[in-house]
Order: sequence, then structure tokens, then C-alpha cells
Amino acid sequence: MNEIIHTEQFSENVFKLVVHAPRIANSRKAGHFIILRIDEKGERIPLTIADADKKAGTITLVVQKAGVTSARLCRMNPGDRILDLVGPLGKATEIHQVGTVLACGGGVGIAPLLPIVEGFKKAGNRVVSVLAARNKDLIILEDEIRKWSDEVIILTDDGSYGSRGLVTTGAEQVILQETVHECVAIGPAVMMKFTALLTKKYNIPTQASLNAVMVDGTGMCGACRVNVGGHTRFTCIDGPEFDAHQIDFDELILRLGGYKNEEKEAFERYSQEQNSQACKI
Amino acid sequence: MQNLRNDREQEWRIALRGKMKNKERTEISRVRMPEMDPQVRILYQDREVNSGLDLESARREASRCMDCVNPTCIGGCPVSIDIPRFIKHIENGEILEAAKTLKETSALPAVCGRVCPQEKQCEASCFYPVKLKKDAVAIGYLERFAADYERESGHISVPQVAPRNGLKVAAIGSGPASLSFAGDMIKLGYEVTIFEALHEIGGVLKYGIPEFRLPNRIVNVELEALQQMGVRFEKNFIVGKTAAFADLKAEGYCAFFVASGAGLPRFMSIPGENYNGILSSNEYLTRVNLMNAANSSFDTPVLKGKNVAVIGGGNTAMDSVRTAKRLGAERAMIVYRRSREEMPARVEEVHHAEEEGIEFLNLTNPVAYFADEKGRVSSMRVQRMELGEPDASGRRRPVVVEGSEYDIAVDVVVVAVGVSPNPLIPSALPALKVSRWGTIEVNEETMQSSVPELFAGGDIVRGGATVILAMGDGRRAAAGMHRYLAEQSAMLKS
Repeated sequence: MNEIIHTEQFSENVFKLVVHAPRIANSRKAGHFIILRIDEKGERIPLTIADADKKAGTITLVVQKAGVTSARLCRMNPGDRILDLVGPLGKATEIHQVGTVLACGGGVGIAPLLPIVEGFKKAGNRVVSVLAARNKDLIILEDEIRKWSDEVIILTDDGSYGSRGLVTTGAEQVILQETVHECVAIGPAVMMKFTALLTKKYNIPTQASLNAVMVDGTGMCGACRVNVGGHTRFTCIDGPEFDAHQIDFDELILRLGGYKNEEKEAFERYSQEQNSQACKI
Repeated sequence: MQNLRNDREQEWRIALRGKMKNKERTEISRVRMPEMDPQVRILYQDREVNSGLDLESARREASRCMDCVNPTCIGGCPVSIDIPRFIKHIENGEILEAAKTLKETSALPAVCGRVCPQEKQCEASCFYPVKLKKDAVAIGYLERFAADYERESGHISVPQVAPRNGLKVAAIGSGPASLSFAGDMIKLGYEVTIFEALHEIGGVLKYGIPEFRLPNRIVNVELEALQQMGVRFEKNFIVGKTAAFADLKAEGYCAFFVASGAGLPRFMSIPGENYNGILSSNEYLTRVNLMNAANSSFDTPVLKGKNVAVIGGGNTAMDSVRTAKRLGAERAMIVYRRSREEMPARVEEVHHAEEEGIEFLNLTNPVAYFADEKGRVSSMRVQRMELGEPDASGRRRPVVVEGSEYDIAVDVVVVAVGVSPNPLIPSALPALKVSRWGTIEVNEETMQSSVPELFAGGDIVRGGATVILAMGDGRRAAAGMHRYLAEQSAMLKS
């Protein structure tokens, strides 16, 4: 259980891990996430499931180095085991036949977008995907997204791949060229905020999938609370997807920084340990 | 009842009663629990406050018990421990026998001896306070003593189990209700698996109650005993998500006991409550107790505040505020809207908190929070309250004193105003009847729910209670499920 079967480096800081977790592979749906703890001293972090293979009993996770745990995960190799892995958590994405779906993915957010794109395509929708990132290296899973999209638009901040621009540039282009019935946005909070502002202007129902601070992931801690339409909701059990037009993104952005100092200190300690030549016993 | 009488008429009990006159017994004053110095203990997150009785003082305290003909104390115990028998074994110096007696009905004596509110249960119905207006026999201290003595002796008894009957049952959640359920079912011969969502077994005993009140190693010993009896633990498993109920039935599980707890923290819905630095007691305690956040060699962070306010007056609030003190808070405050008398926390916990320099802002209620430019809470506005007429709970209702608002500087706020039932199980089973508060509805005697093969107990039924009430539910559910499964198999045979 929880053995890493395969790893792949997408870019300097983004890695793919395929993990043996047959129960989760069997029961997960688009939109679900897991919580993992690498070892006895590890913290619990949530990661959205990017893909699963029921036959092989594996799930695919995409991790971006951001703190101690993600950095550790990115250094793991096939054959290594993750001590604790629980899921699938959260509510699955509500997938119906609606017509045309605009799927917007920002950076590492493209990974959780993949199963949703697949789901909407399989449900008989026309799917137009807009993928955006800072540069070419950070555009991930392009082939997989293309497999389930009728059209793919790619944008980078620096113009190193696709057109130069932000996700909203591409999204507006689609909205102006055809009728969009529903939009899904996953990526950094700022990217989702501006995507939501854009689709609100055009009155297009939009779901955003949030990645909040969590401890248990089962509703117990309340660290992941988010303001949706003036009410406090828990990302872990009420989400992770919410009506993007109702989310208070400014509060979300502040809350994502809630442990910034502690995380920074921990990362500095971790980097020192990694660079230290001293005996580790 | 007859068994109790017969036991009482055994020779050794009669002889023991004859050893000392009742008058002599009642003249002994109640033992005091030795405690660690408050100024020292606040320096450690993991040092237990109460250090336990020694053999001599335990036997002396045990001799206070009059071995009543009608032991009313047992009626005060939710798991019906044969209290006089275990206490008389202590008086007789047979401590291992006392421990065995406890284990006949309680899966967790070392835990209950520490965290049960005995002063409201067995000790409240003891002959001493009821008839003599004297301090009760220290049943809780003695329970702890017997369990600790057994553990430290290395001669840990494992209760007898019936031969396996080939039937598989599951308990969902691994807190006190499930552990108590599992202990009874394994004794009856069932194959029992406990499914736990977290990475540790023990539920609230691990993530909630701090080390200074209930060390994890004590809980682990009781878990090992269950494991030795044959109970299986499956961690990182959310029934209804990791696998559906139908999947588990297909794997052979005949019935389920749901004890998934009241794991959903309540907030007050007041302005600014989502600022950083404001968190639930569940989050705060889980970070420290389950994730070891106070130890810098562990990865999980915890916010350490200079001025920490804990909102609430229950045991969880006391645990949180005393944790804050141990994490270095200069000012650790309880903010509670009623007066000291109405606090639901145990008297002992309030007393310990006071000794440790906790400030009590009673009759005070927060109304709003303010933050710095980074969104971190910097102050809270509170208003004073006064007590009016009694409300539905029988306690005097707190009423706002108009114009009494003032601000307090805070950098961490822990909200401990109660919990709601965890919705994961009910949402996985649409046929399950739940109340409008989200608690699972059960038959109070059998703990059976509207889904016949599903029983439930603990906080998911009660909405927020104590370890021992949860354990009582576990025992009743085990008896109820045993009867149900016997009826089912009889029906199959006929």
C-alpha cells in the first residue's frame, strides 16, 4: 500500500507521482482529493487526484515544490512508501451534459482539471480548455488535456509557449467566439478570482476548486473554512468546488498565508538539513 | 443484581468488612491526588499533572468504602463497573484482581480513571456524600491506581474471549465508543474491525485530550490489550468514501457500529471570525496532540500567541487554554459568557487551570474581531453579560449588558463553543434517519438506527458528551447488535 510506482519530473518544481492505492483508485471520482503524511514526523497535506487506474490500482498526484512536505514528496523515488494516505475526500464534481464547457487551468491546477475535463467530455459536452502558466515548462499534462478537449488554447506570461497573456485573455476569447454554458477554473487563487470576475460579467455559471490549509480533511478542524455567499463553508466536506461567483477570494488569499511565517521557518530548517554535511544520526 | 449480592457474600468480602468498624472507616478523610507543581508543569506540554496514588494511600482510601448492601455508586457509572468489588480488592492488597474486575466491563480503565467526571457520576451517588454529607470515596483515583499498577507490574491480564463465531462486524471511528463496543463484541466471539479516518487509533483520546491530562502511552496500552484480544484496526479508512457500505457487506461485514464523533467544530458567525489566528479548538488541539506541532522536529506548525483567548467554558476550552500556556502564552484567557458556576468543565480542570495562571473572563462574550494588514487577528471586541432567568438547560441565561463593550489585544483565538455531528456517514447513507441537528437517531436501549444492520453511539448520537457516556453507548450497542445478529441467524436457520 502507498508505494510509489512511478515518478516523472514535469519541470524544475513540478513532479508527477503514481501511487499504489487500490481502494482509492477504485472509488475516486473527478474532483476528489486525498490527504497524505509522508512519515512519522510529517504533516498532513491535501492533494487533488489527477488521474487513476483501477486495473493497476494506482492514483496519480501532481506536486509542486512549495514547502517542506511537497519538497520531500518531489524527492521520493519508485519503491518508496508514503506512510499514510487517505481518501477519496471532498465532494465529486457535478458533471452533466450542459453544452459547451470552458475549462481553465493555471499552472499546477491543470492536474486536478484533467479528470474534470475528461468527465465533461465523456458526458457529451463540447470542452474548450484554456491552459496558462508563467512559462512553457509549467504547462503540464497538455497531451492528456488535448485528448479530452475539442479545442485547447495555451498562454504563458512570458510568451515562451502559446500566446502571451493570462488565462483570462484566453477565456474571454472563447466566450466571445461561442456560447459557453459552464466554466470550471482551477489554479492559483488569484487566477481563479479573475476568471470568476470575467465569467460573472458574461453570466456564465462557474465552479472553482479550492486548495485550502487542512489538517484532517474530514470536517474536524475547520482550518479550511472559506466564505461562500456570506456563509462559512468547509472546503474539505462542503467543497472543494464552490460557485466561483460567491467565493470571497480576497479572504481566501489571506487565509492561505495563515501559516506563512511558520512554513518559511520550517522550509529554512529543512534546506539547512539538506545542505548540511554533518552526521545525521 | 443477584451476582453483586453473591459476590458481596463471599468469605473474603465478609472478612474484610469485619476488619474495621464502619465508624473507623468514615473517620478517614479522603485522599488528595498528588500533583506536579504548577510553575514547573506549565513548562512542559507532555508532563502529566496528576501523578497518581501510591499503594499505601490507595489501600487506605479503599478502606473508606463501606461495601454497601446497596451500592448506589454502580448506578452512577455508565458502564456499570462493579465498584465495591474492585475497591475491596485494593483494600485487600490484590491490585491485579482489582484491575481484572475493572476490565470485565470497561475497555479503558486507565483512561476513565483520568478523564471521567466521577464527581458527577459514581462519586456523586456514593454513600458518603448522599448520606453522610462527607467527601465521596475517591473511586476515580482508585480506578486509575489499579489500572496503572497493573500496567507497571507487567502482568497485564487479557480478558477471556469466546471462540470465534465466524461473523464479521465493523466499528466506524476509533474513539471511546468504538473501543468499548469492540471490547464487548470480541469477547462475544465476533471478528471485529475498527475503521479510522485518521492515521492514529483512539479518536478524541489522541487528537483531543492533551498529554498533560491523558498521555498517549496510556491509551496505547489499552489499545494493545484490545489488539491482543483480536480486534483489528484499519487506519486511513473512511467508510462511505474509501469503500462504500455495500463494498464492506460484500466483504462479509454483517453489521456496523457508527461512532464517528461530533467532529464538526462550531463557530459563532461573528464579524472577522475567519481572520488568521482564529481557529477551532479541534484544529489547535489536533495540531499539538496528534501532529506533535509543539515539537520542532515535527513538520506540522502551530500558531504560538502572546495573548491567547479561548472562547468557551467546557473541558475542551480548559484543555486549549492550558495548552496555550504551555506553548508560551504570556496571557492565556478563558472568555465565557456565563459565570463560573455554569461552566461545564470539570471542577478539577478549572482548579488546575487557575493554579497555572489562566485568567478567567467570565460573563464576557466576543462580538467581533479585528486584524492587522496581513489579516492576522490583533484584537477582539467583547461585551459584558449578566445572568437572567434560567433557560432550557436549567442554567441562568446570559443577558447582554448594553454599552459594556471593550477591546482586548489578542494574537491567537481558539473557539471552543461546541461541535456538531460529523456529516460524512449520514451523507453516505441517505436511508439513515438523522435529527435536525444531524445526529443519528437510534433506539436508546439497543442503539439500533433506522437502518437495521447499523447501530450508532457516542457523539454522533449525543451531539457532544463525555468519554464514559460514549463507552456506555458502545456497550449497549454491542448487546443490541449481538441480539439482532442472533435473531437474524435464527431466522435464517428456521
